[in-house]
Amino acid sequence: MKTYEEINQRIRNGEAVVVTAEEIIDIVEEKGIKKAAKEVDVVTTGTFAPMCSSGAFINFGHSKPKIRAQKVWLNGINAYAGLAATDVYLGATELPDEDLLNKVFPGSFKYGGGHVIEDLVAGRHIKLKAISYGTDCYPKKELETVIDIKSVNQAILTNPRNAYQNYNVAINKYSDRTIYTYMGILRPKIGNANYCSTGQLSPLLNDPFYKTIGIGTKIFLGGGEGYVYWEGTQHNPRVKRGANGVVRAPAGTLAVVGDLKGMSPEWLKGTSITGYGASLTVGIGIPIPILSEDIVKYTAVKDEDIYTQIVDYSKDYPNGVNKSYGEVNYKQLRDGYIEIEGKQVPTGALSSYKKAREIAEILKDRIKKKKFELAKPVKYLKGKLGE
Amino acid sequence: MTKKRVVLTFPHEIVSQPVVYYLVKDYNLMINILRARVTPQEQGRLVVEISGKKKELEAGMNYLAELNIDIQSLTRDIKWHENKCVHCTACIPHCPTDAISLDRDTMKVSFDKQKCIACELCIPTCPYQAIEIVI
Ligand code: SF4
Ligand code: SF4
Repeated sequence: MKTYEEINQRIRNGEAVVVTAEEIIDIVEEKGIKKAAKEVDVVTTGTFAPMCSSGAFINFGHSKPKIRAQKVWLNGINAYAGLAATDVYLGATELPDEDLLNKVFPGSFKYGGGHVIEDLVAGRHIKLKAISYGTDCYPKKELETVIDIKSVNQAILTNPRNAYQNYNVAINKYSDRTIYTYMGILRPKIGNANYCSTGQLSPLLNDPFYKTIGIGTKIFLGGGEGYVYWEGTQHNPRVKRGANGVVRAPAGTLAVVGDLKGMSPEWLKGTSITGYGASLTVGIGIPIPILSEDIVKYTAVKDEDIYTQIVDYSKDYPNGVNKSYGEVNYKQLRDGYIEIEGKQVPTGALSSYKKAREIAEILKDRIKKKKFELAKPVKYLKGKLGE
Repeated sequence: MTKKRVVLTFPHEIVSQPVVYYLVKDYNLMINILRARVTPQEQGRLVVEISGKKKELEAGMNYLAELNIDIQSLTRDIKWHENKCVHCTACIPHCPTDAISLDRDTMKVSFDKQKCIACELCIPTCPYQAIEIVI
C-alpha cells in the first residue's frame, strides 16, 4: 500500500516508476499483481474523441465606455451572455445564426463553437460582437472588437460531460438509407459499425469503481492541465458490469475544468459531424496512482475484457428504445470487423487510439520529468466501490 | 501499352449509350471499371482504368470528349491532409479500395493515392476536413 504523498515524493526525487495503461498489461502478466503493485507508482491513461458537452467561460474585459453585454457573438457564433457584464460561455456545439443546418441534407457544419475554441487556443484573432440595451453604469450598446487568447482576462475550458466510461457501438439496422448521427455515418443494412472509446487506454475503464479518479484529480486536459470538478452530467455507475468490474455500457462521466491559456490546438479540435452538428474533440489523460493491488489489477484490463453493446441508431436510439444487438469487446472492434447477426461488419471509430496513446506517453513523460504531481481527490464520485 | 485512370462524368443524355462498348470495339482499348454510379440528377459517373496503345488511347479520349463527357485524371482528385488527420478511423469502413487504411499496430491511418478511385465516400465521414477534393 502506497499513499499519494509517498508517490509524489518519489516523483520529486525522480524515482517514480510510471507506465502507460498499455504497458501495465504486460508488466502484470510477467510479474504478477503483487510485484507490479509494489514496483509501479503511476499508470497513465488517455482518450481523444469528440465530446459535445464542452465549452469555455471567457471574460473578454471592458471596453470604454463599458458595456453590459446582453448578446455576444464570437466569429459569428453566439456565446451565452446571461452572466455578468463581460462573461460569456461559449458552447462547443453552437452554430452560426445563419447556418444552413440540415436544410441541405446532410449539413456539413464546417464551423461551430468547437472551432472557435480551437482558433482561440491556436492564438488566432476572434471577432467579437456584443449588443446591449445600455444602463447608467454600462452605457455602451454595441461593441465590435477583436480578441485573442492573450487579450482576454480568463478563458476557462469547462466541460460538464467528458471521458465517458465506455460507449455504444452504433449501427443502422432498420433504415434503407444512410443515416447521419453523432456516432458518424451509418450505412443501411448494418453496413458499418462505429464506436467511440479508447478501451484499455481510456481513463474510467482503468478505474471502474472510481477509487482514484474523483473531484480534485489533476489531469492532462487539451494539452495543458486541468482538474475533475464534479461527476459529469448523466454519470451513472449503476450499469451492468463484468466479473472484472468493468462496465458493459456507457456509465460514469467526468466534468472537467482547466485554463485554456495553457492548452494547445493539437489536443482541442473543432469537429464537424456531417448531418449532425459541430463539436469539440478533447484530449484527456488521467494518471492513476497505484495505491493497492486492486488498483493495479484494474489498470491491467485488456481490450478483450472490455465489452460494450451494439445499438441501433436508425429506430431504437432515436425513439428511446433500449435494446442491444449483441456484445462485442474492444479487441474485436479495433481489429476492424465484428459479427452482427451472422454478418461481418467493418468498424470505424470516432475516438483516436493513436492520439490517446500519445497522451498517455506525454503524461508519463511529464510525471517522470517532475512536471506533474498527483492530486488526491477531495471527494469521490458517486458509485465508488459500487455504492 | 499505356494506362490511364480517369473519372468520366456523363451528361444525362449519354447515360444510356454504350460508350464503353465503342471504346473497346472501335479503339481496341481495355477498360477496367473501378466504380460506376448514376446520381439522382441522372448524371453518370464512371471511374475506369483504360489501357491500350498510346495512339488508340488518345483517339478514344477524343471520342469521349466529343460526346461532352467530362474527363478527369484520377491522381489529383482526392487529397489527404496528414496534418489535419487525427487517426480516428471514422473513414476506414467507408473506403471501398483500402486507399485509406489503418496500420493496426501503430493505429496510424495512411493514404495511398494509387489505390484511390475518387469515389468521395470518405469525404463526409471525416470530422476534421482532412480529406479534400481537389479540382
Ligand atoms: S475517395 Fe476516399 S473512399 Fe473513395 S477510394 Fe479514395 S480514399 Fe477511398
Ligand atoms: S476520418 Fe479524417 S481524421 Fe479520422 S482517420 Fe479518416 S482522415 Fe483521419
